[in-house]
Amino acid sequence: MIRTSGLTKRFGRVLAVDGVDLDVRAGDRYGFLGPNGSGKTTTVRMILGLVYATRGEIEVMGQPMPKRARDVLPHVGALVEGPAAYPQLSARANLSLLDAAGPSSDAVSRRNRRQRIDTVLEQVGLASVGRRPVGAYSLGMRQRLGLAAALVGRPQLLILDEPTNGLDPQGIREVRDLLGGLNEAGTTIFMSSHLLAEVEQLCTRVGVVDRGRLVAQAELEELRGVTGRSLVRVGDPVRAVTLLDGRVTHRDDDRLVVTGLSVADLTARLVRGGVAVHEAAPERRSLEDVVLALTSHGSDRVDSGRLDPGRLDSGGSRRTGGHRRGRTADPTGPVPEPLDSPRSDASPPTRPPPEHPPMPAPPR
Amino acid sequence: MIRVEVRKLLRRRRTWVSIFLLCLLPTVVAVFLAISEVGPRPGEGPTFLSAVLGNGALYPVAALGIVLPIFLPIAVAVVAGDAVAGEASTGTLRYLLVRPVGRTRLLVAKLVAVGLFVLLAVFSVAVSAYVVGVALLGTGPVVSSTTVSGTPLTREQLAVRTVLTILYVGWSMLSVAAVSLFLSTVTDSALAAALGGLSVLVGSTVLVALDAAESVRDYLPTRYWLAWVDFFRDPIFWRDIERGVVVQGAYVVILLGMAWANFTTRDITS
Repeated sequence: MIRTSGLTKRFGRVLAVDGVDLDVRAGDRYGFLGPNGSGKTTTVRMILGLVYATRGEIEVMGQPMPKRARDVLPHVGALVEGPAAYPQLSARANLSLLDAAGPSSDAVSRRNRRQRIDTVLEQVGLASVGRRPVGAYSLGMRQRLGLAAALVGRPQLLILDEPTNGLDPQGIREVRDLLGGLNEAGTTIFMSSHLLAEVEQLCTRVGVVDRGRLVAQAELEELRGVTGRSLVRVGDPVRAVTLLDGRVTHRDDDRLVVTGLSVADLTARLVRGGVAVHEAAPERRSLEDVVLALTSHGSDRVDSGRLDPGRLDSGGSRRTGGHRRGRTADPTGPVPEPLDSPRSDASPPTRPPPEHPPMPAPPR
Repeated sequence: MIRVEVRKLLRRRRTWVSIFLLCLLPTVVAVFLAISEVGPRPGEGPTFLSAVLGNGALYPVAALGIVLPIFLPIAVAVVAGDAVAGEASTGTLRYLLVRPVGRTRLLVAKLVAVGLFVLLAVFSVAVSAYVVGVALLGTGPVVSSTTVSGTPLTREQLAVRTVLTILYVGWSMLSVAAVSLFLSTVTDSALAAALGGLSVLVGSTVLVALDAAESVRDYLPTRYWLAWVDFFRDPIFWRDIERGVVVQGAYVVILLGMAWANFTTRDITS
């Protein structure tokens, strides 16, 4: 769906994007991750033909961009760096003007414009918004309108930059459901974000960009695999440590990280030894671990890296995560405290805390 | 796309407010003239104003003379300067371009919308001035409509020459529009583009009045702006009018070429 090779953009002396080879396949839910200023938006703009590449090729739906923009872009819906609309006009008038500005086809024609606008306003939850000018909208409403604008042309490919920006947990849930539904109906979704939880919950495939370079591109599951260790919370940790005989690599109160035993063997052994097991799960790398490991090039890297084996090798080897306890070991259960957090003993002032995702949306 | 731009122009409150303000000034002038019945002496004050006391039908032309030097160019520069830069600063430019709207098409549509605004503004001033002029100053006998050469004008002649004046004044605005539109593709600030257009206008006006700059005077955009007075000579003195049309046309072609070259090759990072 989107394929770039050696995509490079230089703004003056700054190399914003450097040899990026993206491969987004039809039907993907692709998450494009990276810290702020890492070249995500520039890449998106190049894909859409807004910014011209210095070097490299871009192919969208099998057609070269920006050469065939006229044929490609009608099938692409985009949200680039926040929504935008004419503030003095209503949502409906904005969508109508935008739609009328572009080419029409059989599926996307003037005749069904009103109906398409009604549909997308319904989809994004702005159905009864009326004639209020967009200037009076809240941030979340504008974001919804931006999504509606991306959807109004019935695109086959959605390119969304921070689609849940400014939305509350309910709104984020709605958007995630909406995008999931569209994807199941055949729309390819390419979304850039730094909200890792968002990507983790929606995407099946991720690309990680850092300082203009694509440092990883793989299936989410592949990146976020099990680490081979197990996590347990037990009633009597002292006894459990004795029972497990040196297999405990880390202990934090009643939480243990155990290596070399499957969860089944581990629980069996503990229960036989008379230790109550409250929780047990295989340890997984979280996407956050992976991304932080791949993209940590901050000035504090030497300090924190000394204490963090997971990040020491991050520069060389791809797809290695940190060895932090996975937050998603049991998505339905309570989120346990991390057992061994490398950053907890690293010097905190030099590195800002990682951007944590907002609280998961409550079930409705 | 052109239809969309025209719709945007017509739906915008600013369009109508600026046209209203353009019409307001000549109306105020007419009210004072009607009350005091003291016109500027011939040869002083805005062109033609001395003649309208006797005949309100001449007032549209006088009104255009009032708004031409400053107010009309300001309005045009604001609208043209906003054309691309305004879209860029609200962020709608990127959404138009990925809709997709070709960059050349967008520029042409913006130009047409600006042209329409100029026509709308000039016609509104002329029509409102006619109404106000006839109502407040009355229509004198036909013979009192005279050319600046002193020969009488028939009603038909007056109407034709007024329309020619409207078109010429509108055409004169196109160089301001083209400068502002070009600057609008360079910067993302609508204000900067509008002020840039106006400073070219002011600079040109200063140089036209400067004898030392005589060698370039004939190529300056405002050089022939006042040539519309020549429509009211008998016979019509075409030389300066023709030159004015050509000079304006040259500015429009060159600046639009520059705007096109810049806009179609530029990275849109707004």
